[in-house]
Amino acid sequence: MTEYTYPIIFGVVIGTIARLLMLRTDYRQYPTYLHGKLIHVSLGFIAASLGAVAVPAIMELEFTAVTFLTVAATQFREVRNMERNTLTEVDEFELVPRGNTYIEGIAISFESRNYIVIFTAFIGTLFYIVWNVWFAIAGTIICFLLSKVLQSGSTLKDIVDIEHSELTFEGAGLYVDNIYIMNIGLPERQEEILRYGMGFILKPKDMNTITTIANLGQRQAILHDVSVSLGVFRDSGTPALTPLIKRDLDDGRIGVFILPQVREVEKARKIIGAVPVLENAIRMPSKSRTHNKEVN
Amino acid sequence: MKLEKAILAVITTDEKRISGGAPIFICETRKELENVAANIEAITDGIAHALSDDVFIVVKH
Repeated sequence: MTEYTYPIIFGVVIGTIARLLMLRTDYRQYPTYLHGKLIHVSLGFIAASLGAVAVPAIMELEFTAVTFLTVAATQFREVRNMERNTLTEVDEFELVPRGNTYIEGIAISFESRNYIVIFTAFIGTLFYIVWNVWFAIAGTIICFLLSKVLQSGSTLKDIVDIEHSELTFEGAGLYVDNIYIMNIGLPERQEEILRYGMGFILKPKDMNTITTIANLGQRQAILHDVSVSLGVFRDSGTPALTPLIKRDLDDGRIGVFILPQVREVEKARKIIGAVPVLENAIRMPSKSRTHNKEVN
Repeated sequence: MKLEKAILAVITTDEKRISGGAPIFICETRKELENVAANIEAITDGIAHALSDDVFIVVKH
């Protein structure tokens, strides 16, 4: 037992707890299985150990020891690759795939959460050694709160207005409002689509949003989330029954055509509103200097 | 080059209006046309699109 034993144990424990708190299984159903969770809790434990041990290393003036944090960085980049590969493999067999942009977003958050764990363990151990256990607990709570804030990005309802709209056929062309979706030739398919389909119009609230919701990955994420939450009326070998999103080129609105099994307009509207805005889809033309010069 | 989409079959009730490379199915009535299109759609996992009242194509997407 040394003076560092308790602080290190404290750091490792709170780091692992932080990882457990961030490992949620929600409607995205991932990771669902026990083994998947075990992998991430174990990696969280390793991350917590690294963060906790870094403090005594610095206190003992072993500055070179900090270089092992780079090993950790490599290790966690590997986590991101692993998640990306697994999800991409599995995605082929989804009725409505997640799409690469969504997968990349999930993979990135797996990596970044490990860094949050390192940081939490580091702060916990540091405060414990410098002051005492109570300060350490207070610091940890602040870290937990921070990680909660960092974890939740914005959702679609913050950036678009969602309106329900009837599906219509003009000849063989399927329309949501005035947005053309696709050509359906067979009358029986058309009937199925009118019976089971639902249409929504997403109106962007500002200039930045137009580009964001036009992103194909973001659109696929909407379709995937809706299909997961409300079910989907389709099967392999029925490509005519494919949920689709098309764009109005004039004003950047998008027309969402979905085939949910639970046909409740309000619920569907809420679910579309709760779709995360993918980090990789966010564009900020309003931050462009040239653009602002022209506007003002 | 990888072809993303391809016309798998053309189904028509008006044989004067078509010729070419894809398999062509000539039908007598609109009803028959729809049946054939539905079958080919199911068999090939394609989508039956209507170009006009007389001409349907089945496309692999």
